[in-house]
Amino acid sequence: MSGELSGQVAIVTGGASGIGEAAVALLAEQGATVISADIQEGKPAPARFVKHDVASESAWKTLLADVLGREGRLDIVVNNAGIGGGPGNIETTSVETWQKVNAINSEGVFLGCKYAIEGMKKTGPNKAASKGSIVNVSSIAGMIGSAGPTAYTASKGAVRLLTKSVALYCAEKKYGIRCNSVHPGGVDTAIFNPLWQMVGHEAGKALVGGRHPIGRMAEAAELGQVILFLASDRSSFLTGAEITADGGVTTGLMKRGLLG
Amino acid sequence: MSRLKDKVVLISGGASGIGAETARRVVREGGRAAIADRDEAKGRTLAAELGDDALFLSLDVTQEEQWRKAVADTTGRFGGLHGLLNAAGVGVRNDIESCTLEEFRRVNDINSMGTFLGCKHVVPAMKETTAKGGAGSIVNISSVLGLRGAAYALAYCASKGAVRTLTKNVALYCAFMKYNIRCNSVHPGYIDTPMIAPRLEAPVGNMSGKQWLEELHPLGRLGEPREVADMILFLLSDESSFSTGSEFLCDGGLTA
Repeated sequence: MSGELSGQVAIVTGGASGIGEAAVALLAEQGATVISADIQEGKPAPARFVKHDVASESAWKTLLADVLGREGRLDIVVNNAGIGGGPGNIETTSVETWQKVNAINSEGVFLGCKYAIEGMKKTGPNKAASKGSIVNVSSIAGMIGSAGPTAYTASKGAVRLLTKSVALYCAEKKYGIRCNSVHPGGVDTAIFNPLWQMVGHEAGKALVGGRHPIGRMAEAAELGQVILFLASDRSSFLTGAEITADGGVTTGLMKRGLLG
Repeated sequence: MSRLKDKVVLISGGASGIGAETARRVVREGGRAAIADRDEAKGRTLAAELGDDALFLSLDVTQEEQWRKAVADTTGRFGGLHGLLNAAGVGVRNDIESCTLEEFRRVNDINSMGTFLGCKHVVPAMKETTAKGGAGSIVNISSVLGLRGAAYALAYCASKGAVRTLTKNVALYCAFMKYNIRCNSVHPGYIDTPMIAPRLEAPVGNMSGKQWLEELHPLGRLGEPREVADMILFLLSDESSFSTGSEFLCDGGLTA
């Protein structure tokens, strides 16, 4: 297959569903060899599926060795895996929930960046503009507040700033590796399952969509396109950037409810 | 000198730096300061210096049980709780290649989880206090590095980014629940405190570390703890009654 990512190798965490699954499809469509890494079972095509726990450092070591061994190179890492962690607020969130959510959402991205750099440095340039691109999926919860899940909100703030530190470090070291964060608004994925179970899928989509100036939730493929752009050399001058794809939520004033 | 008259303020990291300066100011402005810190010697000395309006509490901010006890001891001694300053924190230099998972977790546990636990455990006490009148205020120390990145502050940036958004979460939750508790973050530049002391010694190129840090700031100098404490005092007091979920910079123009 030929495309703008032809000859490149990509890892997408959380690739089995939602935004990750959409990113896997789009990167593969553009000719990349994609490794879909997820703790949940994923489809074998168009990516090679690898069972992977992003919070485990030994799992990252194994995954990197596997990818470099089989594909010989690494160009793109999309740190997308994440959990909502339930509805716990500042009064009800336990230390256990805090640690679990941060282990996956924040430490998982930290490890993803660390091993991405190790892999990308080893394999050298294979494309026009840069040696590699790391895309971290944060959230609008990492930008504006919500009264929703406390641990999730904090973990996405960590990803937002961690991304900038990685970007500046790689720039200073002249590694040719870029690192950017994506901040989705409401996307119709399994992370909203608790809400779907409460009010139903369609009603839930309308409820959350109504909080976006654009009047609807995003489809996962729309976020996949943003990730594809950041993964490709088309975004060669972007590093440390925060890319919102939120239907306008963070653009202006909005009336916010408890979950908003 | 009564901007905090009869207000009780719990201060994590209260034995030194910004926390200690704030404790002094709180007492001078008619309030009471519970100085919570791991450093017993320094904390007790400061509490003794400030007299009956101050109290020392031993606190490791990563330990939930110790927060419970600190809050209970504060309300037990002073009869209520109006303010919290989460000032305890560590500054560590590391980058994405050198930082180990253990180090990442340690920095985030202290700076980010410690702030989470502080907010969590003061909210019930503040609810009780404010039910009898008055308002509650939580001030979380983030950093300019919760707003901008730095290559050699990987774990610190992540932890301060977390504090920044955690603050908004607490602010909005308390607002929706009509608790009359506000929560804001303060983002200092480089302040002349024990936290940055090692940086002052380490030369950068042909500059001293101190000179290098000073020149980062358009004002051409380091901040003084008093200058951050002044901003914190404003946020703890009712003067800032319409501010919640906001980011307050005190950075000598660093992010301008």
